[in-house]
Amino acid sequence: MIVLHDEVVAARSPWTHRIAAGDHLRIVDLEGNQAVDFLAYVADDPVERYSAPDTIAAQGNIFLTTGTVLRTTRGRPMLTIVDDTCGRHDTVGGACSCESNTVRYGHHTRHQHACVENFLLGGAVHGLGKRDLQSNVNWFMNVPVEPDGTLGIVDGISAPGKHVELRAELDVVVVVSNCPQINNPCNGFHPTAVRMVVTRPAAG
Amino acid sequence: MASTASTYGARDHARAQDGRVAPTQPTVPSTSVPDPPAGVDAADVLWDETIGAGGYASRAVPVGTRVRLVDVDGDTCAGLLLHRADHPAERFNVADTVKLQWQAYPGPGYLLLSDMGRVLASVLTDTSACHDTFCGTSNRLDNAARYGDGSAHGPTPSGRDRFVVALAKHGLGERDVAPNLNLFTGVTVGPDGSITLLQGRTPAGAEVVLRAEMPLVVTVAAVPHRLDPRPSYTAGPVRITAWRGAPAGPDDPLRTATPESRRAYENTDEETRVNAAGEVVR
Repeated sequence: MIVLHDEVVAARSPWTHRIAAGDHLRIVDLEGNQAVDFLAYVADDPVERYSAPDTIAAQGNIFLTTGTVLRTTRGRPMLTIVDDTCGRHDTVGGACSCESNTVRYGHHTRHQHACVENFLLGGAVHGLGKRDLQSNVNWFMNVPVEPDGTLGIVDGISAPGKHVELRAELDVVVVVSNCPQINNPCNGFHPTAVRMVVTRPAAG
Repeated sequence: MASTASTYGARDHARAQDGRVAPTQPTVPSTSVPDPPAGVDAADVLWDETIGAGGYASRAVPVGTRVRLVDVDGDTCAGLLLHRADHPAERFNVADTVKLQWQAYPGPGYLLLSDMGRVLASVLTDTSACHDTFCGTSNRLDNAARYGDGSAHGPTPSGRDRFVVALAKHGLGERDVAPNLNLFTGVTVGPDGSITLLQGRTPAGAEVVLRAEMPLVVTVAAVPHRLDPRPSYTAGPVRITAWRGAPAGPDDPLRTATPESRRAYENTDEETRVNAAGEVVR
């Protein structure tokens, strides 16, 4: 195994990286219960991108964990979860935005930093804009659905050092927001750094 | 039958079709609809169209418009997308819709929210209450696997391709096809996250009436739910009827139903303000 990239992503910041088919991305929740909002695009044709509904429908389950195949908007396998020490992750709750925060918490939150700001910054590196944002993955975020349909972000089940590892099935560009949210428990009300490790398995 | 060997004959041949009626088509002019909704003057009808299996329809409608969707046979799945007509980069966001309302199962009074914290449409009537916010619509690979053909030009087109074509006619593209809402065929989620399809729950004639709280592009595709296990491509007709109306007034109960709905409408008012008479003043 070759380590191609190893980076600590500061709390509240965007991150983007190109990952070749066959390479792995490990995301480490360094301090525990840090939501990592995640989008992915097919590198050579980013109109095809990660699709939450295609992923959910294909596996018949809203939670992501080891064995989950993240699918594109055209249904192709894009990334596979090959290791997960957390247990489950969300792809229903979307990303926080300045605008949605005002609805959830009040107009006083309008100027707080939010994941959509990070997605726009990270996407702009690749020429992607607002229209390119779709429902994302929230690694380490816990969003149960009650029998009556009540849904919400609740206390996480992650812990310091837990990780999730993905294998790219296509050449992909990932755009990440290390979530800055301070109004719900997705980051334990305290955003922290995460670590991104890109590796290439040994030939053979 | 006129000969089509000459331009004159071909013209006569084409013109001989005038007045034919297809099982699925728009009513044109819409004001000629023979059976307007109860209490609605036919002169106020802006859109009346029935789509069949694999069909789609898309229109721009002004703020306040009521849009009624009817599951004629009680056996369809109507994929719905909403874009803000005057600024289509703002669109229906299913994740924000379920998260901001703390509720994944739409029903009467539910709000369809944009990605900018505003109300695109509200659900005034819902006699189905069996819908799906999770699964999106079918793609070519899905339909090739289930029906043997997923091509857009074939007999079993995917919902995604229907949406791509519909939006292209508004100058939009594939990247504008956001995750959609499915009406009339629902799912539930178990404690372990598993999805269960709910079929046979929507009665024939069930309807959803939306109120446009902003000017909208409304796009509907009648395609089988992607989890529908039947080997036949089954999606009954969907009738869409829209008529003039006013958006939520200052005392509308949906505005004050929850703190979240109040603030979402406040954000909407910042863009599309309506006076006490229901007139858009901004």
